[in-house]
Amino acid sequence: MATSASDVLGRMNRNLSALGAWIDARFPMTKLIKEHATEYYASKNFNFWYGFGVLAMVVLVLQFATGIFLTMSYKPSSEEAFASVEYIMRDVAWGWLIRYLHSTGASAFFIVVYLHMFRAMLYGSYKKPRELVWLIGMAIYLCMMAEGFFGYLLPWGNMSYWGAQVIVSLFGALPVIGEGLAEWIRGDFYISDITLNRFFAFHVIAVPIMLLLLVVVHIMALHEVGSNNPDGIEIKEHKDASGKPIDGVAFHPYHTSKDLVIIIVFLILFSAVMFFAPELGGYFLEHANFEPANTLQTPEHIAPVWYFTPFYAILRAFPSKLGGVTLMALAVLLPIFLPWLDRCRVKSIRYRGWTYKVALFVFASSFLVLGYLGLQPAVGGYTIVALRVFTILYFAFFVLMPFYTLNEKTRPVPTRVTK
Amino acid sequence: MSDNADLARRHFLTAATVITGGVGIVAAAVPFVASFEPSARARALGAPVEVDIGRVEPGSMIKVEYRGRVIMIVRRTPGMLERLNEATAILADPESTESIQPGYASNGYRSRKPEILVVEGVCTHLSCAPIPRFEVAPADLGADWPGGFYCPCHGSKFDLAGRVFRGVPAPTNLTVPPHTYLTEDLLLIGSETGTA
Amino acid sequence: MILRASLLLTGLCLSMTAFGQHAGVGAPQMEPADNDVGDIASLQRGAKFFVNYCLGCHSAQYVRYNRIAADLGLTEDQLVENLMFTGQRPFDTMDIAMRKEDAVRWFGVAPPDLSLIARSRGVDYLYNFLRGFYRDESTATGANNLWLENTAMPHVLWELQGMRGLVAPEAEAEAAQAHTEFEMVRPGTLAEGEFDVVVRDIVNFLDYIGEPMQLERRALGIRVIAFLLVFLLIAYMLKREIWKDVH
Repeated sequence: MATSASDVLGRMNRNLSALGAWIDARFPMTKLIKEHATEYYASKNFNFWYGFGVLAMVVLVLQFATGIFLTMSYKPSSEEAFASVEYIMRDVAWGWLIRYLHSTGASAFFIVVYLHMFRAMLYGSYKKPRELVWLIGMAIYLCMMAEGFFGYLLPWGNMSYWGAQVIVSLFGALPVIGEGLAEWIRGDFYISDITLNRFFAFHVIAVPIMLLLLVVVHIMALHEVGSNNPDGIEIKEHKDASGKPIDGVAFHPYHTSKDLVIIIVFLILFSAVMFFAPELGGYFLEHANFEPANTLQTPEHIAPVWYFTPFYAILRAFPSKLGGVTLMALAVLLPIFLPWLDRCRVKSIRYRGWTYKVALFVFASSFLVLGYLGLQPAVGGYTIVALRVFTILYFAFFVLMPFYTLNEKTRPVPTRVTK
Repeated sequence: MSDNADLARRHFLTAATVITGGVGIVAAAVPFVASFEPSARARALGAPVEVDIGRVEPGSMIKVEYRGRVIMIVRRTPGMLERLNEATAILADPESTESIQPGYASNGYRSRKPEILVVEGVCTHLSCAPIPRFEVAPADLGADWPGGFYCPCHGSKFDLAGRVFRGVPAPTNLTVPPHTYLTEDLLLIGSETGTA
Repeated sequence: MILRASLLLTGLCLSMTAFGQHAGVGAPQMEPADNDVGDIASLQRGAKFFVNYCLGCHSAQYVRYNRIAADLGLTEDQLVENLMFTGQRPFDTMDIAMRKEDAVRWFGVAPPDLSLIARSRGVDYLYNFLRGFYRDESTATGANNLWLENTAMPHVLWELQGMRGLVAPEAEAEAAQAHTEFEMVRPGTLAEGEFDVVVRDIVNFLDYIGEPMQLERRALGIRVIAFLLVFLLIAYMLKREIWKDVH
């Protein structure tokens, strides 16, 4: 009897099942797939704000892949670093593409993560029982800031050098321990080859490992309590006869198929920037960084990369150096406390009172305006006023939150999710 | 759930997505895999080497480097060339059937020009650098030594055309790299066509 | 109402910061370079001018000669004959013999490497800089530049442009004007329009060497986005099909 196609497929299927059974007896493969994909239920009414988590993962993978290949050709010494980047751009086959993927990816990572965090603020995703997801996420954000800071020195361009010089000297502002601390960070009396080599180790190994661990833990914590949704309802409160949330759909294939669309849209926008404007007017790749580090000449004006500028603006808002550093640190750390500053029981902005809506709008605007101000050259006149006003507004969002969220005029929250 | 037509459409779209995605992933992998190729700098550093052999005295040798390997260039005297044909019995592969050399070096001299030997200074046993021993019958190498190369690591011996002796650890003759002459005195190692 | 007030406040502050910025008072108007990196003929001319006028003092250490030949459609013979005068080989980079220490001693500052100058300063600046020299007896080279005061660089293109002098000494009032007046002290071989084309060609070449793969980058971008659009369509149809079960 001849073997037909269905016979072959049938045998293949049986063999795969046998292999699966062998693995399952030794490793929770099917269990993990069920728990985290095919039987993990998330709300059916996710909107586009819910896409940024998976996009962050995509960019993380991209940065890892391109980073590994860049490390194959990059030389972490002050003598060779700048030339090695041009070597990658010109001499290594497809090196230019790998470099641009990494540089565009770095900025894309922050855009995606800022929007991801904003989603949490819109829908109360940091509230009970998801406080830990938020805390781990903040740890990821801090690691990302460190990763960006260390990575930026590596090309050893003039902006790389002077940017690092400025930021490390901030640590020098701390009383008593400041100078020693700055010297300890640099490993030298000035930003040097020694500093470059250790920043390289941090950027390529230490922080990426931390990031990977934190991302895994972040998702585990999320899956433990289940995802939030735009209505801020706990879908686990309404299950059907078989124990499945009636407002939920399995992550696979529903959210995976939806996320694929979101990922492709993101890749189109990403490609548009990367292939047609990789410098993005000097915001993604600074003009001054196409000159090698020059210890004798600072660039016309030093600004950190765009994703740090809101905090840099706060640093410059007030004349005291130590005061500025303290305020800047507070500005970065205050969001950690959101789950406890926010006293409203209602999660989603759709049903919250007008005070929170206004506050969130003011916060978002302040963040954007501060970012813009942080990019401008040395302050003067109206700029200083604007800096101070928006810094105060930024802090007010957090500091006053326990008060304006206490007795919010919320609307009734539905029991079932809406479209 | 859905009926058969929908299921067929579903399968078709799933297959289409998977195939398109697969094509995309393969296409995305190409630059990464290709980036492993020798870079323009590697190709520049590994470019054919020009050597001026005008000042090499008869009976002496110079060494140059090509792609990280030592190349020995010997200007052989008429006496040396005569001795090449004499003692072929002691050689393992006098016709150079087993060793690596370009077609124009498959002759008795293993070179384009009889008087100029161009050969890799890499012992075919375990890649040590053989030492030139051009003198005839020195005390330590015996009365039968016709002049050639001696490898100090494990005692392999090669004659003045780089051909390996019988009974030594090295299995084949020394490799001859592709080479050509741009002018009478200008040797280009690493290319046969004369272009870099 | 609160929303509108917030928007107004934001807009007000944004506009206030704009006033805080200084326009380049005293600097003449910068004309756009208007170069086209796709114009191979222009790049070839620019390469020729570059090698003849710039490479004596300025290296382009990250640029390989054979890459220029490949991108500009030259054979190796054409490359060696027209662009290589120093005995280097086609796979070598555009290094120069002048050592940095010597350069600093002779000029006061080492002439910068030009591989990336178009990316760090921009083509418009370079276009105007090269056209901005004028006679100034007080400097070591006898020339000065509108865009880089007391530059150590001599007016290397003077034979083509000619040497110009300022009509009147730079007074405060004059400096505030957008337009600087010149008179030709010693004419060159080219008319102003022709000289502008020469400078555009040089700047075009500098643009190219700053990022030699820029044309390939854009061409690939079109193909990638086209593929992604097709993929988007298929993925979207799949999503719709799968989500039919829901609601």
